[in-house]
Amino acid sequence: MSAVASPAASAISPSNPLYRSRKRVNVFMLSVSGLALVFGLFWLVWILGTLFYEGGYALTRAALYFEMTPPPGADGGLANAIAGSAVLIAVATLLGTPVGVLTGTYLAEYGKRGWIAPATRFINDVLLSAPSIVIGLFVYSVYVARVKHFSGWAGALALALIVIPVVVRTSDDMLKLVPNSLREAAAALGCPTWKMILSVTYPAARTGIVTGILLAVARISGETAPLLFTALNNQFWSLNLNEPMANLPTVIFQFAMSPYKDWHRLAWGGAALITLTVLALNILARSLFRRKD
Amino acid sequence: MSAVVLPAPVYSSAELPMTESPRGPVRLRPARWKDVAFEQLTRLFALFVLGILAAILVALVLESRPSLDKFGLAFLWHAEWDPVQERFGALVPIYGTLITSLIAMLIGIPVSFGIALFLTELSPAWLKRPLGTAIELLAAIPSIIYGMWGLFVLAPLFQAYVQPALIESLGALPLVGALFQGPPLGIGMLSAGLILSVMVIPFIAAVMRDVFDLVPALLKESAYGLGATTWEVVWKVVLPYTKVGVIGGIMLGLGRALGETMAVTFVIGNAHQLSKSLMAPGNSIASALANEFTEAVGDLYFSALIELGLILFLITTVVLALAKLLLLRLALREGART
Repeated sequence: MSAVASPAASAISPSNPLYRSRKRVNVFMLSVSGLALVFGLFWLVWILGTLFYEGGYALTRAALYFEMTPPPGADGGLANAIAGSAVLIAVATLLGTPVGVLTGTYLAEYGKRGWIAPATRFINDVLLSAPSIVIGLFVYSVYVARVKHFSGWAGALALALIVIPVVVRTSDDMLKLVPNSLREAAAALGCPTWKMILSVTYPAARTGIVTGILLAVARISGETAPLLFTALNNQFWSLNLNEPMANLPTVIFQFAMSPYKDWHRLAWGGAALITLTVLALNILARSLFRRKD
Repeated sequence: MSAVVLPAPVYSSAELPMTESPRGPVRLRPARWKDVAFEQLTRLFALFVLGILAAILVALVLESRPSLDKFGLAFLWHAEWDPVQERFGALVPIYGTLITSLIAMLIGIPVSFGIALFLTELSPAWLKRPLGTAIELLAAIPSIIYGMWGLFVLAPLFQAYVQPALIESLGALPLVGALFQGPPLGIGMLSAGLILSVMVIPFIAAVMRDVFDLVPALLKESAYGLGATTWEVVWKVVLPYTKVGVIGGIMLGLGRALGETMAVTFVIGNAHQLSKSLMAPGNSIASALANEFTEAVGDLYFSALIELGLILFLITTVVLALAKLLLLRLALREGART
């Protein structure tokens, strides 16, 4: 430690204790950040690992897909729950997508003036993360309590209310990504706005909008809370939307909370099935979108 | 076609969609009419979406009237929950919701920060995308899977190893000790909070990563040029610059944690009791609803549960709206700068 060195030189010289301690802090903090990442990945691997370890066998059995949910102690599958889930998701997507896309269209294409677009965008973002159980309560109080029975329609309605914000958000974002020069070119050719949107901006943003719909489907595939008070559950095969309807998440909830071992096994199978579907949809949506970049 | 009717030029101003009140030829009218109709149609749907939030609020208030009238504001701080004598108070579920979310935030915030720091500053470029995607996939796993996994895998491990160790070591301390006492059950508020923390990490980390990427390279390079270490750049330049956005991301995660239902329902234990220990079973608003709603008998019980839902909705809406406002502020500043 020579006192003659200028302050600037000594500040970064390896012999300066302050410099060394700053280095140490740096190395320590960066390693901690690496550990944080490992922490996150660790849970992902652990959860997926157990899921397929416990549910893998059930997944490979044909009975899972072709037999009905059994009473405790008997053998069976999840056929009615899988079919019910498929119907609920399909109806919810059909109900929610047009609303979402048209709202997104308003936000992106007409939303430059006035207060409606910013207000809708704000409310939509709040809805996007609103607790799904409250959506279930809402549908219960405006629909189930009025008709006085649980039904597939109510479940689909609740899921549609979850689809809408996702689709609004993505179609708004994707339509805004369409370059304005395309719109101007259409306008210069004398194309009316509605036609310009339908035949120029929609095709240009198609991949993005489809991505949004896929993500919405992935989101509702695993939703349980809004179905508890709406579609409820059904032990038997039923595709009647006016009756309570079996669906995978509620069956998993019921079976996992039960004390029966064979119900647990089926619940693991169902859980693995849902997770596979959701992850596949997510990865598909991502790769679709990336190809466009 | 219109070129026949109109003299010149070829692109008639009457056909331009943006022009106001064109007095063009009659045959152009239908197109204008369709334009207005399409705009009004999309506006109608936008108004519909705008109305959903208000509709939820109104419906919940109307349905919880019996309970609102009977218990008034005292509902918020009474701990009793007795369906038989029809006396209800929301303190236990509110407490459980807040405590589990607090635990989730205590673990989730530093971890998310570390992940965002790693992804933006340390990771080699080719690893950024796969690592980021992997973390985002944590958000894609449905919450019921977290719950089930927590019940069957995490809770037994907690009961056998983690909780006894915590009771041994921290339980004996003064003050904090009370938080870590009681029998190791595996399920309880601590386990629920831990699972919640894993669930909110992807949301917070994604926002943090995105706002960290907004920091102008010039600022960071200046700091590096002055001899700052990577950590100093992140802590003293990046973080202050993105403060608003980081807080917005945290609020977003908090909003998620408060309203999370299934993951908590599986592991919190569903006991209507107020206990100091974090290991004791408790209840959260969402899990009380999930467990009791379909079995509730009687108007008052019913409306009390709906009032719980109303409270949850109000809390999360305020938190999420704040998050959104903070993120908007950062975006606006960004817009002004560039």
